[in-house]
Amino acid sequence: MDKQNNKAWLYLIPALIFIGVFMVYPLVDVLIYSFEEGYNSASQTYNGVGGYNYSFVLRDPYFLQAVKSTFILVIITVPLSTGIALLISAGLSSIKPLRNLFQTVYFLPYVTNTLAVGLVFMILFKKTPYSDGLVNLLISWFGGSSVDFIDGPYAAKMFVLCFYTVWVVMPFKILILTSALASVNRDYYNAAKVDGTSPFRIFRKITLPMISPMLFYLIITGFIGAFKAYSDAVALFGTDLNAAGMNTIVGYIYDMLYGNSGGYPSYASAAAIILFVIVLTITCINLIVRRRFVHSK
Amino acid sequence: MKVVLENLTKKFPSKNKKEHSEVIAVNDFTLEIPDGKLVGLLGPSGCGKSTALNLISGLIKPTSGKIFFGEDDVTSLPPENRGVGLVFQSYALYPHLTVRQNIIFPLENLKGKNKLTKDEMNKKALEIAQLVQIDTLMDRKPSELSGGQQQRVAIARALVKIPRVLLLDEPLSNLDARLRLQTREEIRRIQKETGITTVFVTHDQEEAMSISDLIIVMKDGVIQQIGEPQTVYDDPRNLFVAKFLGTPQITIFSGRLEGGDLFIGGEKVLRVNADHTGPVKIGVRPEGYIPSENGALSCRLSRIEVMGRDISVVSSNPAAESEFIRSIVSAENKIDTSSETVRFDLKPGKVHLFHEDSGERIPFGIN
Repeated sequence: MDKQNNKAWLYLIPALIFIGVFMVYPLVDVLIYSFEEGYNSASQTYNGVGGYNYSFVLRDPYFLQAVKSTFILVIITVPLSTGIALLISAGLSSIKPLRNLFQTVYFLPYVTNTLAVGLVFMILFKKTPYSDGLVNLLISWFGGSSVDFIDGPYAAKMFVLCFYTVWVVMPFKILILTSALASVNRDYYNAAKVDGTSPFRIFRKITLPMISPMLFYLIITGFIGAFKAYSDAVALFGTDLNAAGMNTIVGYIYDMLYGNSGGYPSYASAAAIILFVIVLTITCINLIVRRRFVHSK
Repeated sequence: MKVVLENLTKKFPSKNKKEHSEVIAVNDFTLEIPDGKLVGLLGPSGCGKSTALNLISGLIKPTSGKIFFGEDDVTSLPPENRGVGLVFQSYALYPHLTVRQNIIFPLENLKGKNKLTKDEMNKKALEIAQLVQIDTLMDRKPSELSGGQQQRVAIARALVKIPRVLLLDEPLSNLDARLRLQTREEIRRIQKETGITTVFVTHDQEEAMSISDLIIVMKDGVIQQIGEPQTVYDDPRNLFVAKFLGTPQITIFSGRLEGGDLFIGGEKVLRVNADHTGPVKIGVRPEGYIPSENGALSCRLSRIEVMGRDISVVSSNPAAESEFIRSIVSAENKIDTSSETVRFDLKPGKVHLFHEDSGERIPFGIN
C-alpha cells in the first residue's frame, strides 16, 4: 500500500509544484505582506507587524467607493445576465430555422477583444465635440435631454458599466445553457406533453431542475467574475478610475501597486485579502443554497 | 375503448438531403383493436412499430389516414386531449421528483372542473401505487429504485389519470431475463384488473406471444399478419411471419413440389394436396420432427442436447437455409448417438409451404 501511495505522490508532483509556486506561495505571501506595516519594496524593509494596513484600506474613501461600485455591479449583472441568457437559450432551443446563425451571433461577443468592444461602447455612449453618441441621439429623438454616460452622473456611468458587463458575459452563459438544454432527454418532454403539462409548467418543473447544476455553476462563476471586474471599467472609463469614481476592488488593488498612487504593496495586499474573504463568503453561501435547490444525479 | 386505425401512413423525409426520397415508417395501417384487449405490436427493430405507437399517442402526426378511439376521431387531437397513458422505453421518470410526485404529476395538470385537491391526488396516487405494488416506495427517488420498480412507477404514472388507451414502448427491454418474465406477468395482471385497452411494442416474439390477446406482426412499415398468438404461430401468412415467430426458429428448406409429392433434396418427405408445382420453400417447426428409423428425411447428426422433458436434436441437411436444424423431440425417443445420420418423419401440421420468390404461403391439404 505504501508503494502505491508513493507512486501516487510521484504522479502528483508536477501539479503540486505548479499549484505551490503559482497559487499557494503568492497567497501566503500576500497574507504576510498585508500585515507588514510600512513595507518598502525598494529596500525590502518594514516598520512592524499589525492590522494598520487593513484599517487604512477600510477607511480609504476610494476603497469604499470601489466596494460600493463592485457590489452594485455584482448584484445587478449576475442575476440579469443569467436570466437573460436563460431566456435566450430557451428561445434558441425551441426554434429550428436559423438556429446556427443566431447561435453564432450570440457567441460573437465572446471572441471579440475587450478593448474593441469598449471602443464600440464609446461610440454608443461617449460625448465628443462632434457628436453626443448614438444613444443620446436616440434619447433626444424621443424628446429626452442628453446624458453624459462616460463623464456624467454616477448612475449613468453605472448603467453603462452594467450594460457592458451583461453584454460581455452573456455569450458564455448562452453557450453553456444551450448545451445544457440540449442534453435534457426528449422523453421527459414527451412524457409531460402526453400528460397535458403546460409549456410554462414544463419549463419550471422539468427543464429548470434538469439544468439547475449548470445554472448554479454559472451563478457561482458569475459572482466570482463580477467581483474581479476591472478591464471592463478600464475599457469604458480609462485607466484613472479613481478620478472617474468608477473604480472596482481589483482596480483599487492595481492602482495601489502600479497606478498614480502606486507603490503601496501592503495596502494592495490588505485589499486583496478583503476581496478574497468577500468572494469566499459569497461562494460558501452559494454552495449552501445550491445544496437545497439543485437536483443532482 | 376500441382503437381503430384507417389507412394510417407516416412518411419521414430522408436524412440524406441529396436524395429527395422518403422513408415510409408506417405504411397504410388498417386495423381494429378491440376494447379491453392487450395487443402486442411485434417486429424487428426499425420496422416502424414505435412510430405506430407514437402515432396512436399523438406525439407524431400521421402523413395520412385516421385514428379513432371508440367513435371519436382523434387524428388531429394533440396527445394531452386523447386520454392516452404512455410508458417510455427509458421510463422517463423525472429524476428530481419522488415516486409520489412522479405519479401525481399528471394529476396536477388537470384544470377547471377536473381539478383535484391535494388529498384526492394523494389518494389516487396511493390507489394506483397499490395496484402496481410500489406503495411502500412512495418517498424514494427514481435513482434509488431497481429497473423493475422504475418500470412500475412509469406504469403507475401512465395509469393514474385512467387513460382510455395505455401504450407501452418496449416495456421489458431494459430488464434482466428473470425480471422480464415476472414483469410481463405483472403487465398482464394490471391490464386485466384495469381493463384498459393496451398496446405494447416489442421486438421479442416470445414476450408478445406469451401475454397478448392479439399480436400484430409488422415488417418495413407494413402489417404482415394480425391474429391471436397461437393462430399466427400455427397459420403464418408468409415466410417472414413464420420465421419471426417461435424459438427455436423454424427451419427453412429449399424443396420441390411435384405431382403431389414434396421433395427435400432427393427425398420424398410428404404427400400433399396443393395446386402448385415446382420449387418451394418448406418451413418445418422444431416440434414437427418425429425420429424414426425409416424416416423420410435424413439429416447428418451433429449432437444431442438433453433438456430433461425434451431433447433437442441438432443436425444438418444441405437443403436447409441454416447451418443447423434444431428439432425438439420428446425425451422418450431414443436417438442413436453413435450413428452419423438421423432420420425423421414430418408432422404435416407443422410443415408450411411458401412461394419461392414472394414468400407467400401455399396452402395444402393432406391426402
